[in-house]
Amino acid sequence: MRKIEGRSLGQIAWMRLKRDKVAIVGFVVIVLLILMAILAPLIVKAIGHPPNEFNQDLIDTQGGTLAPLGRFGGMSWDHPFGVEPVNGRDLMSRVIYGSRISLLIAFFATLLSVTIGTVMGIVSGFFGGWVDALISRLMDVFLAFPLLVFAIALAGVIPDDAFGLQGDSLRIVLLIFIIGFFNWPYIGRIVRGQTISLREREFVDAARSLGARRPYILFTELLPNLVAPILVYSTLLIPTNILFEAALSFLGVGVRAPTATWGGMLSDAVTFYTMPHFMLWPGLAIFITVLAFNLFGDGLRDALDPRSR
Amino acid sequence: MSSTFTTSGSDKKGCTTTMSIKRLRTVAALSAVVALALSACGGGGGNDNGTAAGGAKNEFNAGLAAVVNPSDKKGGTIKMGHSDTWDSLDPGETYYGYAWNFARLYGRSLLMFKPAPGKAANEVVPDLAEGLGVPTDGGKTWTYKIRKGVKFDDGTEVKAKDVKYAVLRSTDKETFPNGPAYFEAFLNLPAGYKGPYKSKGVNTDSAISTPDDYTIVFHLKNGFGGFDYLAQLPQTMPVPEAKDTGARYRNTIVSSGPYKFANLQPDKSFELVRNDKWDQATDPNRKALPDKYQVSLKVNADDIDNRVISGDLDIDVSGTGVQPASLSKVLTDPALKAQADNASLARLWYTSINPTVPPFNNIECRKAIQYGMNKASYQTAYGGPFSGGDLATTLMPPLVPGYEKFDLYPAGPDSKGDQAKAKEALTACGQPNGFTTNMAYRSDRPREKATAEAFQQALKPIGINLTLKGYPSGDYFSQYAGNPPFVVANKIGLATNGWGADWNDGFGFLSQIVDSRVIRPTGGSSNTSVRIPDVDKMLDAAIAETDTAKREKLWAPIDKRVMEEAVIYPGVYAKSLLLRPKNLSNVFISEAFNMYDYLSLGVK
Repeated sequence: MRKIEGRSLGQIAWMRLKRDKVAIVGFVVIVLLILMAILAPLIVKAIGHPPNEFNQDLIDTQGGTLAPLGRFGGMSWDHPFGVEPVNGRDLMSRVIYGSRISLLIAFFATLLSVTIGTVMGIVSGFFGGWVDALISRLMDVFLAFPLLVFAIALAGVIPDDAFGLQGDSLRIVLLIFIIGFFNWPYIGRIVRGQTISLREREFVDAARSLGARRPYILFTELLPNLVAPILVYSTLLIPTNILFEAALSFLGVGVRAPTATWGGMLSDAVTFYTMPHFMLWPGLAIFITVLAFNLFGDGLRDALDPRSR
Repeated sequence: MSSTFTTSGSDKKGCTTTMSIKRLRTVAALSAVVALALSACGGGGGNDNGTAAGGAKNEFNAGLAAVVNPSDKKGGTIKMGHSDTWDSLDPGETYYGYAWNFARLYGRSLLMFKPAPGKAANEVVPDLAEGLGVPTDGGKTWTYKIRKGVKFDDGTEVKAKDVKYAVLRSTDKETFPNGPAYFEAFLNLPAGYKGPYKSKGVNTDSAISTPDDYTIVFHLKNGFGGFDYLAQLPQTMPVPEAKDTGARYRNTIVSSGPYKFANLQPDKSFELVRNDKWDQATDPNRKALPDKYQVSLKVNADDIDNRVISGDLDIDVSGTGVQPASLSKVLTDPALKAQADNASLARLWYTSINPTVPPFNNIECRKAIQYGMNKASYQTAYGGPFSGGDLATTLMPPLVPGYEKFDLYPAGPDSKGDQAKAKEALTACGQPNGFTTNMAYRSDRPREKATAEAFQQALKPIGINLTLKGYPSGDYFSQYAGNPPFVVANKIGLATNGWGADWNDGFGFLSQIVDSRVIRPTGGSSNTSVRIPDVDKMLDAAIAETDTAKREKLWAPIDKRVMEEAVIYPGVYAKSLLLRPKNLSNVFISEAFNMYDYLSLGVK
C-alpha cells in the first residue's frame, strides 16, 4: 500500500498542468522556439544560407518582375520557405534569426514590467494610505500614456550611440525599456489588488500578532502567495510584447536593416502583397509563438487557480 | 505618395521635395546664376528607336517614339484617376511634372514644350506668346509678344498685364509655398517685394514691364540664356487680377485654355469641360479633341491600375508608373505588356561617396567602392530593368542634351563589379584588408533600403563593412545626409541620393549636385560629396555660354571630371512602366514630361 503523502500546492498544480494537453503542447512549442532562437547561428549554418546573404540568381531580374523564380515563392529543398523578392534572401534563416530579436525583447521587457509592477503593487497594496494613492495615480498616468506614439517618437530621435551602446544592441535595449517600462501598471494593479486582499487574511494577522516585522510579512507571507498570479500574468504578457515589438518593427522604428525581425519582414512583405508567401512565414511565426504562449499561460492559470476556470 | 518601390517619379519636381524652395532662395542670395538648377524631376524619356509618323502598332513601347492610334475625332470623355490629389491646381503654385502636363488644358503659358512624340518634345514652342523670347542686353532683358484674341473663359481678352500679374503673385511664397521659385530668384524685383497681396501698389516695372497690352518684358538681375525655359512654366499662365482669390484661387481658376473647371470638389473629383471662349485660330498646339475630362482623386493606387487594365479608367494622371502589385502582372502577360510603355526619365539614382569621411579622403578608397559595388544589384534594388531603370555609368542621363556615354569604372561583363580592381584600389589606399564605414538611406523608401543592403552585401567580400543607417526622408538633407557636420560626426561614408531636372537641361541637372557652392554648412543640399574647384569653374564657363549648341558640349566634361574624382556612384537612370490607355487616340509619351502627353489625347 502506498503511503499517503501530503502534496504541496506546487505538486498539485503540476499534476493539473500535466493533464492539460493543450497547455503542454504550448509549453513544448515554447521550449522549441527558445532552443531555435539560442541555436539560430548553428541551425542557419547547417542550412547554409546566412540571413542577409543575397541570392539574386534566384530572382527574375531579366523579366523585370523581381519575383523569386520557380513556384511558391522559390520554395525548394535548398530554400524550404522560399526566398525574398528583389534580393533573394533565404526566408527560413531570416525567420529563424527573427525569433531571436522577438523573444529576447519580449522576455526582457516582460521581466522589467513584472519586476517594477510587483514591487510597486506590493508596496502600494501593503502600505495603503498616501503611498497607495500616489502609486495608484502614477499607474493611471502610465495607463493613459500614448505608448505607441511615444515609442515611435523616441525610437526616431535616439542617436546611434548612446549610453555606451550603439547600433542594434542600443535599439534592442531601447525597445526593451520602452515596452517594459510602460507596461508595469497592468501587473502592478493585479499585484496591488491581491496584496490588499491578502494583508487582511488570518495568517498575516497571525504573523503580525507574533511580532513579525514588515519585511518578513512582505517576503515570507505575501510574496509566495503572489507568485501564481505573477507567473500567469507574465506568460500572458510575453505574447503581447512580441506583438508590440512586431508592430514597432513593422512601423520601421525597431531594429535596423538588414537585421531580420518578424515585424520587419512583414513590413517588407507589404509591398509584395501579390506574393503572399513572403508574408506567410513571418506571420505564421508570430501566430504560432503568440498562440503557444497564450495556451500555456491559460493552462498555467487553470492549474494554479482552479476556481478561475 | 504611392509606394516608392515602383514609382520612381513620385518625387515632387525638385526631387529633394520640400527643400527646393528654401534652397533656391538661399542659393539665389549667393548667385542668381547658380540658382537656376534647383531641383528637378521632369526630364525626358524615350528611346531613339523609330520615328513613325503614321501611327504605331499596339506593342510594348509603341508610345515612346510615335503616336499610337492617331485620330482627329472629336468628342467623348477622358477618365483619369489619381491616388492622391494635386499639390495645387493653381498654375502659380503647382510643382509636379504631371500637373504641368495637365495644366496646359486649362491655361496657356507664354511658351510650352512641343506636344510631339520622341525627342521633338524637348523643343520649346510659343503658346500664348507669338514667338520665343527676344533677349537683349546680354540676356538680361527678355521680350515676348502676346497673341491677340486669346480670351479667358469669361470672355475678356488676355492682356500682358494678366501675365505680369500671374508671375508676380507666384513670387509670394507665403501664399504659394509649393511652387517653383525661379522668378523671384532671377527677376530684378524691388528689394523686399512680397508679391501683389502684401506689397500693394509697389512699382514692379524694374522686374516686368508691359509697354503695351500685347508686349511683356522681363528684366533680370543677371544675364541668363535659358530664360525661355522659365517662360514655359505654368506660372506664366495669365491670371485676371479682379478674379484672383489668393490661396483659394486653386478652386476658382479662370481658364485661358480650351477647357475650364466644372463640379470641382476638392480632394474628391473635378471635371474639365469645353471653354467656348477658346479659339482654335489662336492656338497652333492644341487639338482639344475630347468634350470632357473627368478626374477622380484619392483613388486607391492598385485600384487605379486594375481599372486602367480593364479600360474602366483611361489614365493614372500622376504618370509615375504601375504599382509593384501590377508590375509582375503586366510584365508576365504578353497582351498587357503590349499595352505598356517603359518611359525613361531624366533622373539619376546615385550614391554619394563623402570625401570628408576617412578613409574616403583617399581617392583610391573611393575607387574601391566604384569597382566593388555590384551594379546589377543596384538596378534590382530599384525595381529591375523595367520599373527601376538602366545601369548608369555617368551622372547625366541619356535624355539630357549633351549627354555623352563613358564608363570610367567598368563593372565587369555581368555588371556585378570588378573585385580584383577593387582590391587593387584598396591596397593602393593603404587599407588592403578593408575598413568599416556607415551608409545612410531614407528609411521610408524601400528602394533605398534595398540599395543600402545591396551595397553592404557587395562590399563585404572585399572587406568593407557597412553599417546601415536609415533616416526619415523629410529631414534627410537638412538634418542628416545633406548636413556636412552631421556627415563628418557620424562618419556617413556613403549616402543614397537621387536627382532629376525640372526640364531636360545640363545646367538644371548638374549644378545642384556637383557645384560645391550649393553645399550649405547648415545642411539642406543634395550635394554632399562634390567639392571640386575645377568643376565650379567649368559650370560658370558653361552658364556664360549663350550659344546653345556650344553650351551643351560643355556638360559632358563636367560629368567626366566628377566621375574621375569618384565622389558619386551612379546607380540607375530611372524608368517607369506606364499603362497605355486602351480607349484613347493620339497616345504618346512626351520626353518633356516622361509620361503620356495629356494635351493631345482623344477618345477613339
